Amino acid sequence: MSTRKLALSDEILMSVEKPARYIGGEINCVYKKKDEVSIRFAMCFPDVYEIGMSHLGIQILYDMFNSWDDVWCERVYSPWPDLDAVMRREQIPLFALESQEPIREFDFLGITIQYEMCYTNILQVLDLAQIPLWAGERGEDDPIVIGGGPCAYNPEPLAPFFDLFYIGEGETQYAPMMELYKKNREQGGSRQDFLQACAMLPGIYVPSLYTTTYQDDGTIAAFSPTKEGIPARIRKEIVSDVSRTYYPDKPLVPFMQVTQDRVVLEIQRGCIRGCRFCQAGQIYRPVRERSLDFLKEKAIRMLESTGCGEISLSSLSSSDYSQLKELVYFLIEETQKRHVNISLPSLRIDAFSLDVMNKIQDVKKSSLTFAPEAGTQRMRDVINKGLTEEDILHGAGQAFRGGWSKVKLYFMLGQPGETDEDVMGIARLAERIAEEYYEIPKEERNGKCQITSSTSFFVPKPFTPFQWAPMNTAEEFLRKAYLVKDTMRAQKNQKSLRYHYHEADVTMLEGVLARGDRRIAPVILRAYQKGCLFDSWNEYFDDRKWKEAFEEEGISPDFYTIRERSLEEILPWDFIDCGVTKRFLKQEYERAMAGIVTPNCRMRCSGCGAAVFGGGVCFENTN
Amino acid sequence: MKIRIKFTKTGHMRFIGHLDILRYFQKLMRRAEVDIKYSEGFSPHPVMSFAQPLGLGDTSEGEYVDIEVQSTESSAAMLRRLNEKSCPEIRMLKYVQIADETRRSNAMSNVAAADYQILFRKEAPDESALQAMLAQETLVVKRKTKTKEMETDIRPMILSWELGEEGLFVRLATGSTANCKPDTLIEAYDHFRGVTPPPCACHFHRLEMYACREGLFVPLYQLGEELL
Ligand code: SF4
Repeated sequence: MSTRKLALSDEILMSVEKPARYIGGEINCVYKKKDEVSIRFAMCFPDVYEIGMSHLGIQILYDMFNSWDDVWCERVYSPWPDLDAVMRREQIPLFALESQEPIREFDFLGITIQYEMCYTNILQVLDLAQIPLWAGERGEDDPIVIGGGPCAYNPEPLAPFFDLFYIGEGETQYAPMMELYKKNREQGGSRQDFLQACAMLPGIYVPSLYTTTYQDDGTIAAFSPTKEGIPARIRKEIVSDVSRTYYPDKPLVPFMQVTQDRVVLEIQRGCIRGCRFCQAGQIYRPVRERSLDFLKEKAIRMLESTGCGEISLSSLSSSDYSQLKELVYFLIEETQKRHVNISLPSLRIDAFSLDVMNKIQDVKKSSLTFAPEAGTQRMRDVINKGLTEEDILHGAGQAFRGGWSKVKLYFMLGQPGETDEDVMGIARLAERIAEEYYEIPKEERNGKCQITSSTSFFVPKPFTPFQWAPMNTAEEFLRKAYLVKDTMRAQKNQKSLRYHYHEADVTMLEGVLARGDRRIAPVILRAYQKGCLFDSWNEYFDDRKWKEAFEEEGISPDFYTIRERSLEEILPWDFIDCGVTKRFLKQEYERAMAGIVTPNCRMRCSGCGAAVFGGGVCFENTN
Repeated sequence: MKIRIKFTKTGHMRFIGHLDILRYFQKLMRRAEVDIKYSEGFSPHPVMSFAQPLGLGDTSEGEYVDIEVQSTESSAAMLRRLNEKSCPEIRMLKYVQIADETRRSNAMSNVAAADYQILFRKEAPDESALQAMLAQETLVVKRKTKTKEMETDIRPMILSWELGEEGLFVRLATGSTANCKPDTLIEAYDHFRGVTPPPCACHFHRLEMYACREGLFVPLYQLGEELL
């Protein structure tokens, strides 16, 4: 390994920022002899190394692929703009970190698509790898390019760039796919033969085998397979028993500091809550918990094999994990013994979590986090966020008396049905929390309090009850942000309140990409050709170039963002079956507009459709 | 109990910066289950003190870190444990116990000199130019600090030199009182010859670090004792 030759020369490595991004060789990274494997798989996270290395999904799949003797899975990330420029100038093909060999020589390039703002980075990766951008132009020797991750639930804006998409959780269908690949190769089959065979696998979507026609008004007339026998609907894949599946004992340990410098314990998949704005809450249904024994064992093994100084729980709503107390108290004991920190995100604030936080962090320095997502109870009913003002004030009050003085609040602006009252409600809620603090006698509190509110702008996502909803315009978003700000400033405790909001332009683009169709692909390509890259990074996002790209392609972003879709319209992602039915989503949209709350899966099943997978929370009480 | 570890940093690890090396050792200590002393408070981290950071891109077979442990096995056993959990390009060479003395006596404050091998990768070194430069009484270089530019005479900091087949071997004063880095010497050499070299013309490889004891330079590990 130490004689491994690097793809980049010393001159290049010494001229770019953070050369450690490109050298591989991290602790627990996997080396195999290339002549001893039959398949080479490059796993890509299309963002910079520090972000990509922090992603749990890749660690799970990396471990899974490499547990198979005849596959060698390596990693690749987006080269930062400084290296990007050098690679283009010197025609250096993009390489995998482990072998340092060009990606274009691999059998597969799997790209995880976690957010819309990485779409131009996907083109960068293909381009630098010297793989044709359009799937249709790839030859027999090019890698098969696979897309996965949450954005694959509406793959259409990226459809022409991918050979296939994997819809759902990666643990289930890659083994049969690798078998198909080997068989096809042995039989002398072509790329096309392989893709056709893959189209028959559950969860696999081969975009070139489907076609879309449009109506005069621009909406979809029909979406259908172009060949007989190809399935018209594709159901997502999930792991039914999450305690008997792949999970790394030895996660990779980067040399350089990455965004998440810790081991991650995914305690469950899915969420029982059904917040109506949340895509993850729908597409990962039903909730499946990992067993306590599984988690205890993995926690210890990962801490031992990595030496990490921190362990973090991961899930959409940790408080809903049924054995949370046992798990947390076990971890506290283990981590104290090992001098390791523990971080517990997405915990509901209550007596238990306050007790735990008291044990694991410095109360004076740490802050409490609430995500009310909307400013008034009326609006929280609309979005089905089961967190009441009373919960928040009570939780905050308890914490304040326990010594805390910092609170962080997260909200969204621009959700369906929002009025100015709701918008101002954000500032008022912050004020009421401050009041709660100053009610405590001066001697018993810890100086001033600091209530920080952040708002993001709401983007309707596929497979949510709000998938039909119009987005606010950029002007409307900003008007609302100013309204929050002005309301904050007019309040008595304004000195204890802070407020942050995001830029609106990037949100509008996210809105187009999230609910776009195949006609968006040329716009993405054009924006990329104009130099758009790392769009999720403020300093690189260039709205002007994107606007030009839309104009030059004759595509109106408004059609995708601020237009209200009819409930009858064929949506670009309708062919995907995520378990949750369209009927259920419609019903939820109607209940939202009527302000009716829907109970969570443990209170009462609402028959969303996810029970077809035959496991998880849907069957908890049936045996 | 204070322990001094001597280690290498070679190969691709030359692209790992000093702060990342620190993080690497924090994790290595946990992986190898070294019974190291941790800092107090809510985010405990192993207490370590490194001698003289190496420049990014440079390699070394003479790096040092001091740690404090509550218990330990023999030097040989500890070296085995640490190396088992380390990457091939960071190898522990020595694990010795050093006297507890005062708190200020650590690897960092002990350093007085370091040996370097300077490899000329683009063109052979000009021996007569080197000789002429070093024959001077003084060798003044401009050094920039954050606020001002300073002139320093580095000639007395060049303790010895020898040009061989394998490059230029130098012993340079290193540490808090007088400090000369090998790249400063090479900059002076380029300036003396009036040339602007291509990037990465030289590779710097540190061989050893020394403390000064009664006028003699002693490798840092020799201030400690092997644990049997
Ligand atoms: S079927 Fe019922 S229990 Fe299962 S995920 Fe849907 S609502 Fe929840």
